[in-house]
Amino acid sequence: MIPEIGHFALILALVVALVQGIFPIVGAHKGWASWVAVAKPAARLQFLLLLVAFAALSWAFLQSDFSVRYVAENSNTRLPQIFKFSAVWGAHEGSLLLWALILSAWTATVTLFGRSLSPLMMARVLGVLGLVATGFLAFLIFTSNPFTRLLPAAMEGRDLNPLLQDIGLVMHPPMLYMGYVGFAIPFAFAIAAMLGGRLDAAWARWSRPWTQAAWMFLTLGIALGSWWAYYELGWGGWWFWDPVENASFMPWLAGTALMHSLAVTEKRGAFKAWTVLLAIFTFSLSLLGTFLVRSGVLTSVHAFASDPSRGLFILLFLATVVGSSLALYAARASKVRSHVRFALVSRETALLLNNVILVVTTVSILLGTLYPLIIDALGAGKISVGPPYFNAVFIPLTIPLAILIGLGTVARWKRDSLAHIWAKVRLPFVASLVFGLVFPAVAMAHFTWKAALGMVLAFWVLFTTVRVIRDYARGRGLGGLSLSQWGMALGHIGVAVFIVGITLTSIYSLEEDVRLVPGDHYRMGGYDFLFKGTTHLEGPNYQGTRGEIVITKDGRPVTVLYPEKRNYLTGMPMTEAGIDPGLTRDLFVALGEPLGADGAWAVRIYVKPYVRWIWLGALIMALGGILSLSDKRYRVLARREQRAMAGETA
Amino acid sequence: MKPRHKRMAFLALGLAVLGVAAWLVFKALGNNLSYFFSPTEVVEGKAPADHVFRLGGLVEPGSLKREGEGKVVLATFVVTDNHQSVKVRYQGILPDLFAEGQGVIAQGRMGPDGVFVADEVLAKHDENYMPPEVAAALEEAHDKGVAEMAGGNKP
Repeated sequence: MIPEIGHFALILALVVALVQGIFPIVGAHKGWASWVAVAKPAARLQFLLLLVAFAALSWAFLQSDFSVRYVAENSNTRLPQIFKFSAVWGAHEGSLLLWALILSAWTATVTLFGRSLSPLMMARVLGVLGLVATGFLAFLIFTSNPFTRLLPAAMEGRDLNPLLQDIGLVMHPPMLYMGYVGFAIPFAFAIAAMLGGRLDAAWARWSRPWTQAAWMFLTLGIALGSWWAYYELGWGGWWFWDPVENASFMPWLAGTALMHSLAVTEKRGAFKAWTVLLAIFTFSLSLLGTFLVRSGVLTSVHAFASDPSRGLFILLFLATVVGSSLALYAARASKVRSHVRFALVSRETALLLNNVILVVTTVSILLGTLYPLIIDALGAGKISVGPPYFNAVFIPLTIPLAILIGLGTVARWKRDSLAHIWAKVRLPFVASLVFGLVFPAVAMAHFTWKAALGMVLAFWVLFTTVRVIRDYARGRGLGGLSLSQWGMALGHIGVAVFIVGITLTSIYSLEEDVRLVPGDHYRMGGYDFLFKGTTHLEGPNYQGTRGEIVITKDGRPVTVLYPEKRNYLTGMPMTEAGIDPGLTRDLFVALGEPLGADGAWAVRIYVKPYVRWIWLGALIMALGGILSLSDKRYRVLARREQRAMAGETA
Repeated sequence: MKPRHKRMAFLALGLAVLGVAAWLVFKALGNNLSYFFSPTEVVEGKAPADHVFRLGGLVEPGSLKREGEGKVVLATFVVTDNHQSVKVRYQGILPDLFAEGQGVIAQGRMGPDGVFVADEVLAKHDENYMPPEVAAALEEAHDKGVAEMAGGNKP
């Protein structure tokens, strides 16, 4: 009964989304107030209906109702309660329902916080979001219905993929979707602004906090995924340039570009047409990401179930969204020329370069991700593009970006001089050279020029940011800084921390797969790993083996790690690594496979310096995003505009 | 600076970035593409002798051997498409889902002794999953085998 209520709510939500998509847009075009007035209630109703649908599916999971096919395929009575709930979005159908729910939640939030929007603008924004929701709900209902019954009901469920039975993966998809779907908001703002023919600073100011919010969630989502892959896959890697990872990284890069170009549009009124294009581009990449992950066209380690009709549907949807928005752009963009001048040496130029580099990076990754698909479609062979390609393209493009962070933040808007910029960055420049060259020589095992380059860049970003903060604080103290200034500073410091993490981890990691008999020692990076042997392990829905490894350094005990090898009821094996985390190094131990009768195991032993800094950097960036979007400027200005508008109509 | 000069400067800047990026992309693509070959194609000499490629098929049952000495973890196994087979050597821990009779993709290059030296072995997250390349290769080899048998049976 409850699943039917959910199913019914889902169908109603589709109808409401269609109403929300058509009436307000037509109404705004024709000037029919009663049609425009439909927008807000429809958006809120849609959220409510999807909440009911989601709750119904969650209930089916918690009750282990195996007469629902999706539940039977992805849950099990012996699954711990928390994972029964997270199993709701553990596979295709449920994760799409979550996608739709999050979209409607964002939309409902717009109706609450967007009070300063003119009713027409609001109607258009909600209308565009309604159309996007219509596409997704149709996809959900017609190709991937989570409420389909299974008759007769299964006695027992097939169990959730053990890889997903982990807190990291409970949180990862919702965060990622918050990010993906969040970019629908700046997209809707851009489309609505083009429909209304009003692309001004106010539009950029409305879009900015929403973009920052989406970007913040996407940052957290990607970082969580990377962290999960690190400790759960048992390979100790944190980024594989896997197509599915790229699918989330491309909207992140484009979103980063969008955030920066929105800053220029708001402050200086420049880059308008470009910003609109970026908003379209970013959301299209989010949709493309969903397509790549959900259609199964990619051979990836993530290997989600595939179904050609689903892929075709998303591809058509993607083509419709991209096609129609680009057509609208082509018709309207020529009218939104920015007539703002700026000199070659100015912050605008730095931000323009930032945008160019970010977009070029995105396109290079897109090319590497789609290339195998294109070659395959042309029948020219089955190829794969490996991580070396992405590293070879990404790293050289990131270096100028890091340099630009320093130059752009100290440069003045509109017009600056090289002499003035040099005067400001001279000290940070020298300091970063000194610290960057000394650090690898003193703190690390041996000096390499690559490490020195990475550290110089990290210190450069850090010191120039500190310099800018000092300038801002002059005369009014650190307390006088606005939240968005702090947000900018933290975002950039996060980048510095991130650079430290990647540089030192990729250069100084020690990795070895070794055969160990109980009692064997293995020395690595100054640590002594003693393999004590293995014991049998009994879990709620798995059995396994647990190893014990005692780690000492110079005779002093460091820690004891217990890596596990589990065999789940589904027959799927899993590696649970043993990790001793630390600020300057992680010790990582994983069990491979038993080798022979003498109790020998293949054991994977890693020493990974500064690996935590990668995720720490992402966390700091996300914190920067939160500070920026909570800046009171957005609310104060919004209120002022509201008053101005009330004055106009009075 | 005149506006015209400024525009030229911006244009030059943009083109420079694009040029560098395009150069990087094409250089990197050329060096890092790896093509997929089935054991039959490898035996027929279609796979490159001096470039990385991916070899896919089924792990022949009973072929997995541990050959490591001391602390070295070394495995050899045979990848087959039920028509031809190629021996693979891999130093390191095989993935969780690696099993005899299951699909596998190994990336590496041919060694001088005719053994494929893998630097990466991939098995998939899902135990029921068969990489599409492997499925296609098996089908092709099957067709070939059937055709050859039919040919051999001709009077």
